[in-house]
Amino acid sequence: MELILETLGLARSAELLALNPPGWGGNLLRGLANSLQIAFGAFGFGLVIGLFGASGKLYGGVVVRDLLAIYTTVIRAVPELVLILILYYVGTDLINQVSQAMGYGRVEISGVVAGIWVLGIVQGAYATEVLRGAIQAVPKGQIEAARAYGMPPTMIMRRVTIPAMMSFATPGLANLWLIATKDTALLAIVGFSELTLETRQAAASTRAYFTFFLAAGALYMMVTLFSGAIFARIEKWARRGQPSLRGTSK
Amino acid sequence: MAVSDSAAKEIQAPDEQSEAIRVTDLHKSFGSLEVLKGVSLTAHKGDVVAIIGGSGSGKSTFLRCINFLETPTSGQIVVNGEEILMRADGTPVKRRQIERVRTRLGMVFQAFNLWTHRTLLENVIEVPIHVLKVPRAEAIEKAKILLDRVGLGDKADTFPSYLSGGQQQRAAIARALAVDPSVMLFDEPTSALDPELVGEVLTVIRDLAAEGRTMLLVTHEMKFAREVATHVVYLFEGCIEEQGPPAELFGNPKSARLQQFLQTVG
Ligand SMILES: Nc1ncnc2c1ncn2[C@@H]1O[C@H](COP(=O)(O)OP(=O)(O)OP(=O)(O)O)[C@@H](O)[C@H]1O
Ligand SMILES: [Mg+2]
Repeated sequence: MELILETLGLARSAELLALNPPGWGGNLLRGLANSLQIAFGAFGFGLVIGLFGASGKLYGGVVVRDLLAIYTTVIRAVPELVLILILYYVGTDLINQVSQAMGYGRVEISGVVAGIWVLGIVQGAYATEVLRGAIQAVPKGQIEAARAYGMPPTMIMRRVTIPAMMSFATPGLANLWLIATKDTALLAIVGFSELTLETRQAAASTRAYFTFFLAAGALYMMVTLFSGAIFARIEKWARRGQPSLRGTSK
Repeated sequence: MAVSDSAAKEIQAPDEQSEAIRVTDLHKSFGSLEVLKGVSLTAHKGDVVAIIGGSGSGKSTFLRCINFLETPTSGQIVVNGEEILMRADGTPVKRRQIERVRTRLGMVFQAFNLWTHRTLLENVIEVPIHVLKVPRAEAIEKAKILLDRVGLGDKADTFPSYLSGGQQQRAAIARALAVDPSVMLFDEPTSALDPELVGEVLTVIRDLAAEGRTMLLVTHEMKFAREVATHVVYLFEGCIEEQGPPAELFGNPKSARLQQFLQTVG
């Protein structure tokens, strides 16, 4: 094993990537864990916003619809990096002003929470559109049948609309999840130690840029492949009851 | 509560007690288009009321107003002696009341409208379990009996899209029966079916009529209406043009419009 690494000239890389110091592998993995934690939280937060946003856009009053239109338009128009800077600094500033006005000192805002909140708001705008489209794709008759049998609106949402729209929403949501995992890299700009920042630090301290960025790329790649497999299963489940377009013979 | 309930029942005239549905002077407009222009109709328990009429005469709208899938513009609707409280603009006063009344009205749609992400069994148990709060085991047991009854006992675990239209419609009828409806509403249950599949669905409906189920049935199948209905209503441009027992209405139509309608549909 060592011989192979030696001959390929990778012995030093292996050393640099070792999990324990002086190797930097542990830092990279911690960064990855942070990234995933934020991506997961932001995706979930975005889904919640998206569900309310989509319902608001479809069933809300004029004011709600207008506000949501502004939200989705602005968020989708402004570059994410700019949004992150705005939301992060404005958000933390507001919280501090409020807390100081109320007589508390400055509050320390956890990077994870800030990251989830910032990316979640961005994700929410896209999720609103994905879910709105999916809800509209649900055949009207299915919702009508639920109404005709006395289901209250929230039950219709839970028992009919959401399960029925899942097959239309999963491809879009899978994209959003992948975007969430990669957008965490943008949080490096506000000094949050996710995978990209950890990688940069490791690379800068060792001058082994190529090794570390390649390793980080491989980690992102693994996340994508793994997510792809999970979403394929989710989609298969969501599409239950719908005959495949290819027919049953496969 | 129980006392006042029974007291209320005693006050009702016997005639009123046997009423399943009473609709009085029902109006419905879509924007400036007046689709129902004052329709009144009473169905007693055990009645099979067939509603016939040309396309666009308002048959579906009438049926859908009864369970408030469409909001009536004005009029009065009484289901099982309970008047549905409406505001001046026709919207229901209490959503809960509508929802409760809807569970008493098993509706069967032209396009079946089964929930495609659920198996036939799941479709049939959905409302009993989640709306009527029937224990799951009990609901499943009953659903299996109902699916057997409509000839789909072996398809309980199949998803609707894998079935023929006739099978889907029979499953939809099982779903309606699962709530033990006091009145069944059929909106052209066979119009979306291939001709060779119509018979199997009509057979199921005929059985239901024979066992004394109260039904309102919008249909284009005149022969069938004549055979199963106890009362036939002919709608023309949002008004009841003529009504009566099937033998009268089909055998000896009085209005010229009905005569012409019966000629064109054969
Ligand atoms: N949601 C709606 N908005 C506007 N107009 C409508 C709506 N639903 C029905 N209408 C109109 O109301 C009229 C009556 O429609 P309805 O569906 O009740 O007719 P029908 O007698 O059931 O006809 P068919 O035999 O074709 O089913 C038609 O002119 C139709 O275009
Ligand atoms: Mg119709």
